[in-house]
Amino acid sequence: MTNLQKSRSTIEEQYKAKQNRPRIVVGLGTCGIAAGGNKVMAAIKNEVASRGLDVDVDFTSCIGMCFAEPAVEIGLPGQASVVYGGIYPDKVGQLIDGHVVGKKPVTELAAIQITGGAEPFEGIPVMEQSGYYAKQVRSVTSRLGRTNPESIEDYIATGGYAGIEKAVAMERLDIINEVKKSGIRGRGGGGFPTGNKWQFVHDAVGDKKYIVCNADEGDPGAFMDRSVLEGDPHAVLEGMMIAGFAIGADEGVIYCRAEYPLAIKRLNLAIEEAEKMGLMGENILGTGFSFKIRIKAGAGAFVCGEETALLNSIEGQRGMPRVRPPFPAHKGLWQKPTCLNNVETFANIPFIIRNGGEWYAAMGTEKSKGSKVFCLTGKINNTGLCEVPMGITMGEILNDIAGGIKEGKKFKAVQSGGPSGGCLPTEKLDLPIDYDSLISAGAMMGSGGLVFMDETTCMVDVAKFFLNFTQLESCGKCTPCREGTKRLLETLIRITEGAGTAEDIPNLERLAKVIKSSALCALGQTAPNPVLTTLRYFRNEYEAHINDKKCPAGVCAALLSFSILKDKCIGCGVCLKACPVDAISGEKKAVHVIDPAKCVKCGACVPKCKFEAIVKA
Amino acid sequence: MQSGSTCQLTGECRLPDRATLPATLYKELEEFIAQLPTKEGHLVTVLHKAQSLFGYLPKEVQQFVADYMGVSLAKVYGVVSFYTFFTMVPKGKYPISICMGTACFVKGAEKVVEAFKEALGVEVGEVTQDGKFSIDCLRCVGACALAPILTVGEKVYAHVTPDQVKNIIAEY
Ligand SMILES: Cc1cc2nc3c(=O)[nH]c(=O)nc-3n(C[C@H](O)[C@H](O)[C@H](O)COP(=O)(O)O)c2cc1C
Ligand code: FES
Repeated sequence: MTNLQKSRSTIEEQYKAKQNRPRIVVGLGTCGIAAGGNKVMAAIKNEVASRGLDVDVDFTSCIGMCFAEPAVEIGLPGQASVVYGGIYPDKVGQLIDGHVVGKKPVTELAAIQITGGAEPFEGIPVMEQSGYYAKQVRSVTSRLGRTNPESIEDYIATGGYAGIEKAVAMERLDIINEVKKSGIRGRGGGGFPTGNKWQFVHDAVGDKKYIVCNADEGDPGAFMDRSVLEGDPHAVLEGMMIAGFAIGADEGVIYCRAEYPLAIKRLNLAIEEAEKMGLMGENILGTGFSFKIRIKAGAGAFVCGEETALLNSIEGQRGMPRVRPPFPAHKGLWQKPTCLNNVETFANIPFIIRNGGEWYAAMGTEKSKGSKVFCLTGKINNTGLCEVPMGITMGEILNDIAGGIKEGKKFKAVQSGGPSGGCLPTEKLDLPIDYDSLISAGAMMGSGGLVFMDETTCMVDVAKFFLNFTQLESCGKCTPCREGTKRLLETLIRITEGAGTAEDIPNLERLAKVIKSSALCALGQTAPNPVLTTLRYFRNEYEAHINDKKCPAGVCAALLSFSILKDKCIGCGVCLKACPVDAISGEKKAVHVIDPAKCVKCGACVPKCKFEAIVKA
Repeated sequence: MQSGSTCQLTGECRLPDRATLPATLYKELEEFIAQLPTKEGHLVTVLHKAQSLFGYLPKEVQQFVADYMGVSLAKVYGVVSFYTFFTMVPKGKYPISICMGTACFVKGAEKVVEAFKEALGVEVGEVTQDGKFSIDCLRCVGACALAPILTVGEKVYAHVTPDQVKNIIAEY
């Protein structure tokens, strides 16, 4: 125990000294790297070295503004630091000339500034008041984009491992009570109260118990867990250790999907560093408590996110769900009592233990406490990661944080909860978000991916997309899911191809209900949700496909026809050249025509016409 | 089971009958298996390693893994065929994987897939004749904010449009 306390003050001082140096920090999360962050880093190092500048170059993870990647932060001693967006290598020189050498922020490239108590610069939004962050809270994401995730010193200097320090001095049941008091519910989608789960595992009898962290994050369009793992890996480890101490486990496993190599790398590094400092392994902090964590890479199967399938996968089997009960709390990994929680759930625990359950419970709604991380993607201006208090409305997220729909188009739907969730329409934008309100609206909190769609998205096509997903990912163990999702998909394909009949809608609804009530695991039980919510809120689109053989959004190729407006076409011939099947004909300077028998409805001609003369309907 | 124990007796790396893949890779795989603390529960880990060595998991590699892990070939095949990460056919030298997750789908990933199919003349899941490229769809790499996303080997491309497809192919 003394060990960490002694080093903590030194580490804190070193950290402060680091903040008091001129520094350039590059965002190197998966999104930053995908946007070219490594090249930017190289360019910066090059400039700094060749000019012999006295400035530290460091990296961090994603601050959440993925839309502004590659992002670079520059801070000078005693001044607010500025986060710049869209910094490609060709902008590096300008940035360094201006901010590092000239000591003046380059306002036109700046996204936000973080004052840290200093006087704000004029003309740059202050983070807490900026559009993207004003309605956010930064609790579990507080270190993201602020610290170096590969440095245990950065973690400790920002309050890290104070939670486990406090926990090992507490009674086990007091820790569990604190978690109960916080009201936190599982962030992996189900929303089961975490404190109660811990109590079950604590009470379960067994000579060996396990902690398992679910880092499978299979919902496409969701990357909260990836961001936390890449940006604050120690918080997840610390949360697991606290859980281990509270329930009496000495071993933890993180099941991380193989598609996240950077998260796996940073976790491995974090484990190594924690072991080196005596924060993990035997006799932690001299208390006699031992705990070790290992990482298990997944192999690409959505159903492995389901807790019992995940346990089978850790055991090296096919990842098929088990019949519950027995629940993992009693018979989990290797048939031993197992406490299984999601990444974000664990990452919240150190904060709850440090600040107390009541602090956490002060945020959120009556039945859903605290804050939740959401991923904002789709047809919006600001795509990225945000953390908001439970109870915020979908409209606030869309308009205030996400900056509204792109290109001035109209909002149509937001998809929440991944393949198990549903699509919510405009009428539901004032719905305060929590676990229960989303379920009553037919969707689900899920893990926190919000995909926004505009008027050019066809909702029947979206339902088809999700059913195609669940049908491929169904493990095949139970019939309702294996066969039922296939029949749902076939019907949707028929509808989008213009062969839908009047019985299709009632048939879809009936089959959906059967699957929901009879599938073995939640994958099957929730698979019909995308169909049911689109039928509930966008029934007119189904009817247009079936009765009028039209796709109102202009997506379903079989229902489209292309034609050229006589009064707009000037006969320039551009469309004629763009057509891959020679379906367009016409003399120069004369109105062109499309031969519907030849047209393959690829739409290649539409964007090529400068006169908006080609219409699809 | 029998052949697995034979190997432990002789202490030699025993190749499957009619093995066609390099013995050095088998040797490396054998060493990897030997250093595992236990065999129980490590089948997926071993298959990850095997795929990273051979690039794919044909029957002979599965047989080798079955022998050395002391399980049946059927069990190995069951696991290999269950997980989408494992492939039983070789991929192209530059495997192109296009994300078809929700965010990428909404941003028009399907059109990107079409463009690749047209440019390379192969379907999803196939390899070009010269073995250079293969096209696959993947679920989500977690860079959804920069959709549509695709990867070529380890390299990630963000905000891809169908127009860029020819240039991306030309890079390799
Ligand atoms: C098909 C399916 C996929 C799931 N995928 C995930 C996932 O990717 N990550 C996750 O944490 N939980 C996932 N879950 C929920 C888990 O089964 C489990 O409830 C959760 O990990 C428990 O942790 P929590 O209580 O902290 O949320 C999934 C459930 C189902 C049915
Ligand atoms: S949906 Fe394509 S990266 Fe997530």
